[in-house]
Amino acid sequence: MTEPIVSTPLRERATKALGDRFLHEALDIATTKFIALRREAFGNFPEGEHLRDRARAIKEATLQRLDTHLETLVANVERLGGHVHFATTAEEARDVIVDIARRTGARMAVKSKSMATEEIHLNEALQAIGVTPVETDLGEYIIQLAHERPSHIIAPAIHKTKGQVAELFSRELKRPGLPADPEVLTKIAREELREKFLQADLGITGANFAVADTGTVVLVTNEGNGRMATSLPRVHVAVMGVEKIIPSMTDLAVFLAILAKSATGQKLSVYTTLVQGPRRPGELEGPDEFHLVLLDNGRIAQLAGTLRESLYCLRCGACLNVCPVYRQIGGHAYGYTYPGPIGILLTAMLNGPRSVKDLSHASSLCGACADACPVRIDIPRMLVELRREVDDKGIAPWTERVVFKTFARVLRSPRLYRWGARIGRTAQRPFVRGGRIRALPFFFGAWTRTRDLPPVAARTFQERWREL
Amino acid sequence: MTEAQSAPRAPAASQRVALMITCLADMFYPEVGERIVRLLRGLGVEVTLPAGQTCCGLPLFNSGYHDEAASVARRTASLFRDADAVVVPSGSCAWMVKHEYPGLLRGGADATAAERLAERTWEFSQFLVRRLGRTAFESDVEGPLAYHDSCHLLRGLNEGAAPRTLLANLKGAQVVPLPGSDECCGFGGSFSVRLPEVSTSILERKLANLEASGASCLVACDAGCLMQIRGGLARRNSPLRALHLAEILK
Repeated sequence: MTEPIVSTPLRERATKALGDRFLHEALDIATTKFIALRREAFGNFPEGEHLRDRARAIKEATLQRLDTHLETLVANVERLGGHVHFATTAEEARDVIVDIARRTGARMAVKSKSMATEEIHLNEALQAIGVTPVETDLGEYIIQLAHERPSHIIAPAIHKTKGQVAELFSRELKRPGLPADPEVLTKIAREELREKFLQADLGITGANFAVADTGTVVLVTNEGNGRMATSLPRVHVAVMGVEKIIPSMTDLAVFLAILAKSATGQKLSVYTTLVQGPRRPGELEGPDEFHLVLLDNGRIAQLAGTLRESLYCLRCGACLNVCPVYRQIGGHAYGYTYPGPIGILLTAMLNGPRSVKDLSHASSLCGACADACPVRIDIPRMLVELRREVDDKGIAPWTERVVFKTFARVLRSPRLYRWGARIGRTAQRPFVRGGRIRALPFFFGAWTRTRDLPPVAARTFQERWREL
Repeated sequence: MTEAQSAPRAPAASQRVALMITCLADMFYPEVGERIVRLLRGLGVEVTLPAGQTCCGLPLFNSGYHDEAASVARRTASLFRDADAVVVPSGSCAWMVKHEYPGLLRGGADATAAERLAERTWEFSQFLVRRLGRTAFESDVEGPLAYHDSCHLLRGLNEGAAPRTLLANLKGAQVVPLPGSDECCGFGGSFSVRLPEVSTSILERKLANLEASGASCLVACDAGCLMQIRGGLARRNSPLRALHLAEILK
């Protein structure tokens, strides 16, 4: 168990997020833009639908033979002079990286954006041994300065407005009075980060893909920081979930054609960095040492689990952008490393069903996520499966289970169902005014606090039927 | 968005259809059922109502109570065993029957009944357009209309075209586009009371889009969405209305 166990209930966290005007504005602007860009990108790309099917099929087939592909990858990375480490847990992954940092006498680590390192809480572990981690993706840099965590898989600072970033930079970088101008702010971040790139001993990245056949780690970025982090420091450590492996370069072409379109609506991201082991004799740039950390952390168990399909995830963030719940509450309210619809599944994968007792219900099951997912992961289906697990294992409150089981009894019996209608009609009497119910006590108030409820009809349709 | 593929069929000489009224329409919106019955009879379709209907079990299914949902599905499948065609006034209930019943009852004695029912079940607009091939109706309401896609009908049954075809051919009606028509209204069954604040916040976005559309009436094919959207409009004392598709066709 590596994740923060959040103490306030989901509903409270969500309500707090709803009250944040800045968050609302930032989310609305960003997700609306992402949705439009994605739609346009695929609209101009007729082969996109076919490639999505193809990508899904590759993921399916690769996971069928994950062991073989991993063996190939390890052999090829080692052949290229790199080192491969297998970490069963987040703790093991941290230990591996901490050891590398210690052994190489590292003082500073530049990091390219990586959710895997967020998942294992790497920054804290590095700080504990006196290594300063510096996030170099602009969004990550912003939230590191703000001492926050990413609220989106690809746009970690999506919850901040440009005004908030200007204030943050002015205060934290001691450059008072900065304007809310993205160009100015980006230039300042660039200046600050350039120094760090030159000083750092350690470059830490994630991996969007690892190509088994060639031992290549692939990074997709827009700022070029991935390239800097993998070429300037003496040591490069790439951390990736085992499911990110793909068999061949031909497969890579399929994924690259749909990844950026799904994420940001770009045809391709600005940089696609392919890394093969450490610097070879005669090469001018690249690290002396290359390490690949392969992270299990609950993934391998799901090869045969209900969440298997979530191992297809490319971490593009498209499901977050289209999710009506995410668009209202943002990523932090989810309470764990991975937010949004896919994040609920990953939270369950990393932390077990207890962690999603409430979170599994943070979805109207509208299906927009499955529709947007480049590899068509059936997220709503798995959310329902998680809810089932939460019920079956007795994690759901017993009161809820009694309510639903009683409800089921009523639905199996037309007599009880008719009584139900009759009881409803009697019980609602004090609350009906002008044909509407504006306030109800107890549990029902959850509806009526913000919405009217129609009263149960004086005669149900089935009662009227004979006269029709 | 892909549309359902089946081509419109010519109406059979005599059509018989069983109405699955659904719990929400039965209890809260009986007038929707009445409109459907009148409309279908007017088209020469004989409508039956298998007795003892309750609910399709979708709320149980979505909350993860699958054994309970299966027990309800078993009962419903048996009620409609003899129907040639079943019409459902809500996309979500139609989706439950078509999409989930076969899986819930797979391997049991009722597996065949569930599969047969799934094949014969139509959401109301689909039935008119794709089964009967009827698309020409007159409008029973004044003012511009905007169509809201219910999630289960659009993404679950891949049906965005049938209701739009009906609206586009509606005599005497002006139809305006609804921005974000494919976005959820925030209902989501038990979601609407588990996270009522989030549900309402999503609804507010839908209502703002409705206002921006210039329509005086929203049209939908799902009683769940209507309960949510009407509930929101009424609470805000809005002059705008939300009606079931069956309530505007004549």
